[in-house]
Amino acid sequence: MTDPAPIAVYIHWPYCSRICPYCDFNVVRDRRQPEQAALAAAIIRDLQGQAALTGPRRLVSVFFGGGTPSLMDPDWAGRIIEAARRLWPTDGPVEISLEANPTDAEAGRFAAFAAAGVQRLSLGVQSLDDAQLAFLGRNHSAAEARRAALVAGSVFPRLSIDLIYALPDQTVGGWRKALEEVIALGAEHISPYQLTIEAGTAFDRAVRRKTFAPPGPDAAADLFETTQTVLEAAGFGAYEVSNHARGAAAQSVHNLAYWRGWDYAGAGPGAHGRLTMVTGRTAIATERRVADYVSLVDQTGLGVRAPETLDAREQAVERLLLGLRVHEGVPLTELEALELDARQIEGFVADGLLLPGGGRLVATAKGRAVLDRLTHDLIR
Amino acid sequence: MSTPLSRIRNFAIVAHIDHGKSTLSDRLIQTTGGLTEREMKEQVLDSMDIERERGITIKAQTVRLDYKAKDGETYILNLMDTPGHVDFAYEVSRSLAACEGSILVVDASQGVEAQTLANVYQAIDNNHEIVPVLNKIDLPAAEPERVRQQIEDVIGLDASDAVLCSAKSGIGIDDVLEAIVTRLPAPKGDAAAPLKALLVDAWYDPYLGVVVLVRVFDGVLKAGQIVRMMQTGATYKVDKIGVFKPKATDVGELGPGEVGFLTAQIKEVADAAVGATITEEKRQTLAPLTGFKEVQPVVFCGIFPVDAADFEDLRAAVGRLRLNDASFTYEMETSAALGFGFRCGFLGLLHLEIIQERLSREFNLDLIATAPSVIYKITLIDGSTIDLHNPADMPDPIKVASIAEPWIKATILTPDEYLGAVIKLCQDRRGLQRELSYVGQRALVVYDLPLNEVVFDFYDRLKSVSKGYASFDYSIEDYRTGDLVKMTILVNAEPVDALSMLVHRGRAETRGRGMCEKMAELIRPHMFTIPIQAAIGGKIIARETVRALRKDVTAKCYGGDATRKRKLLDKQKAGKKKMREFGRVEIPQEAFIAALKMDAD
Repeated sequence: MTDPAPIAVYIHWPYCSRICPYCDFNVVRDRRQPEQAALAAAIIRDLQGQAALTGPRRLVSVFFGGGTPSLMDPDWAGRIIEAARRLWPTDGPVEISLEANPTDAEAGRFAAFAAAGVQRLSLGVQSLDDAQLAFLGRNHSAAEARRAALVAGSVFPRLSIDLIYALPDQTVGGWRKALEEVIALGAEHISPYQLTIEAGTAFDRAVRRKTFAPPGPDAAADLFETTQTVLEAAGFGAYEVSNHARGAAAQSVHNLAYWRGWDYAGAGPGAHGRLTMVTGRTAIATERRVADYVSLVDQTGLGVRAPETLDAREQAVERLLLGLRVHEGVPLTELEALELDARQIEGFVADGLLLPGGGRLVATAKGRAVLDRLTHDLIR
Repeated sequence: MSTPLSRIRNFAIVAHIDHGKSTLSDRLIQTTGGLTEREMKEQVLDSMDIERERGITIKAQTVRLDYKAKDGETYILNLMDTPGHVDFAYEVSRSLAACEGSILVVDASQGVEAQTLANVYQAIDNNHEIVPVLNKIDLPAAEPERVRQQIEDVIGLDASDAVLCSAKSGIGIDDVLEAIVTRLPAPKGDAAAPLKALLVDAWYDPYLGVVVLVRVFDGVLKAGQIVRMMQTGATYKVDKIGVFKPKATDVGELGPGEVGFLTAQIKEVADAAVGATITEEKRQTLAPLTGFKEVQPVVFCGIFPVDAADFEDLRAAVGRLRLNDASFTYEMETSAALGFGFRCGFLGLLHLEIIQERLSREFNLDLIATAPSVIYKITLIDGSTIDLHNPADMPDPIKVASIAEPWIKATILTPDEYLGAVIKLCQDRRGLQRELSYVGQRALVVYDLPLNEVVFDFYDRLKSVSKGYASFDYSIEDYRTGDLVKMTILVNAEPVDALSMLVHRGRAETRGRGMCEKMAELIRPHMFTIPIQAAIGGKIIARETVRALRKDVTAKCYGGDATRKRKLLDKQKAGKKKMREFGRVEIPQEAFIAALKMDAD
């Protein structure tokens, strides 16, 4: 008997003690709402419902994102992990990740999360400069972030650090120094994200009011190139546009599941999933408001609203736009529905944006820097 | 019963744009009771949206006014509203030919403009009695005495009896009406003679079919009559005869001197050529009216659908427009760059703009219009000649002996302080000065200019260098041989045929550089460097570069982003349809016209 297909599980915990001005995720202020316990229970029930849709699968990952899942009761996290393992059993390894903010309070609970089964911490350090942290509206200092990284390093086998760059007036020199300081914190994985001004955020309004301006495309390109060279030199291979790992084992199994087009369940308010069901590959998204989500799960045993079956072309579009982000690219067999133009691809190979041959479509580092345009051009 | 000749007056109003022609027309209609206040829309006569928005008249129209004069008699006054733009000069001339007199409306503060001159000379050519009217006399800036003097000095008309009025405020309207009755001549004609009528204009009405505007000179036009268009020989049975008051009102017949309309199962406006003589089939007039000519387009451009799939819609749309506008011509054209479209001919630039606007507005089409071109007369080495409508069809230069291009006579009136800039503009466009004189505070310059230097943006530039104060009018003069070469624009080393043009060798470099700069601005960065070049034959004369895009990638893309990104791509795909791909380069549709407009000359 062959192994069942893999599945990753995403858990969305929407509460934050403070809403960051750049964030456009589905978040709510954490006021220790009594509904939080009901939400944890609803997430478990929703997972059960989704497991009934998928049939047998082998669990490869559970990822707690948010929001700030490190504010969650570690006990609830433990129960959710347990439920996922029971629903999609496996003998193989399961990566269990948790996003956390580097405050002293949260660092104090790392051990409890490790005990609940979390092995990989994704720490939202963002910057090691207090002025930049203030600009980003973060509720921790650089010193606090360093302490949290130290604790995390001792408690969890695997540590990843998130950073934000391309801040107003950021220089290549300053960014290089910041990267080197972060490398010294000893994480196995670093995710530097270019600051993106998302519609409807506080930063969006500030930019419209001309309170500040993010760097232009040339400056952003310079900072992106610096990121690649500095991290590469320190042994952090760029395996995705904004993700760098020290060796293959340090890569995020969970995120690779998205980029490789594997199935993933999504539970919690506003979570997304892709489930292969008897009716075909299906995009699911859950109710966004906590109360609506909890009551929908109560009524139907599922938090999903209006699942959408993806046709061959839509699946191929997703494979292309996610798969080209990763260093390994996408097998051409998964892109057949797009009827790509071979001559156009040859042109992009000649321009050094795609790698030639091999039965896969693979973007070069140069191609990944302009990937949005590249995918836009490839899809006709 | 037809009206006695002595109680008919047929008149046109001659004016510059904005001098109040339409307002005065409306006021005359209102005063004589053609419409109640409530029914008055602003500017009744300009009924097309575009006419109203631009404040210009495109089609000739007519209104019959019943006016009880101070002598106690009721007169029929036929007001011919003439197109006010040089592109429609022939239509203007036919409208004037249908009248015995004109009212010359001059803004009492602005004074005489270039266009006023052109139109008033046409009226004089048609032997019109002319009554000068000074409009807007209630404005603080009005200087009736100065303008009166100007009319005498510049036009040479006696303006001592000029009527003072304000169409907007309703001042002096009765004086205008009285002057029409007492100072303009009654028409002449013989009711017993065979029918002789002038086809003044024609348009397509969705309910009535083609409506023909006529002026009867001799005989009587009746419903049921079989009439013949003398120039084409086609015959039609008249269904309906009427007049516009301004609402269409049926009448049994139209006698000598009268103006009205007929319908007769005519399929297309092209079958009702402006200027034609209409007579009875049974008893034909022996003396057709003179002055008929077939209107020939002078400016051409290619019109292509942005989305090649819309070609059939475009075909239907140009066909529909042609139904209503015989002066607009089209034939199919194939461009290597743009695919299937039409080569269209226009009376002038305004006409071109109007047709493009109507195609996109009334038929909801996204269009690419290529560089306007004139007709070049090419003499080949073997002695044969070709009329070249499209630079893409230019024969191999080795076979060409000479190329001639059309020249115009441009009349420009400008306040003195902009004279330098206006002269520089004309010189830059290869103009030859013929005349420079002063009309009060303003300079009157007459230049010979090659039409191909005017078709792009001359009028825009003139407005901008004179802050809008210069006025401009032109007439086609003749063909002159010139040192003309074909300039090609290459985008990413591939020639874009829709952008090629004939230019004077001495202007090629400036032109080429201007076009390359504009294209470089309009083409967004691609993932590779794009050279944009202008070339004559194999020689590159200008070059610009669109730098390659360095960074364009979403920072975060995880499980929740796939749906959003996929839908965004679908949306972008719709936007892609507004672009045309040339080789590997996407060129936005507006680039084809914008590239020709040069900011700095």
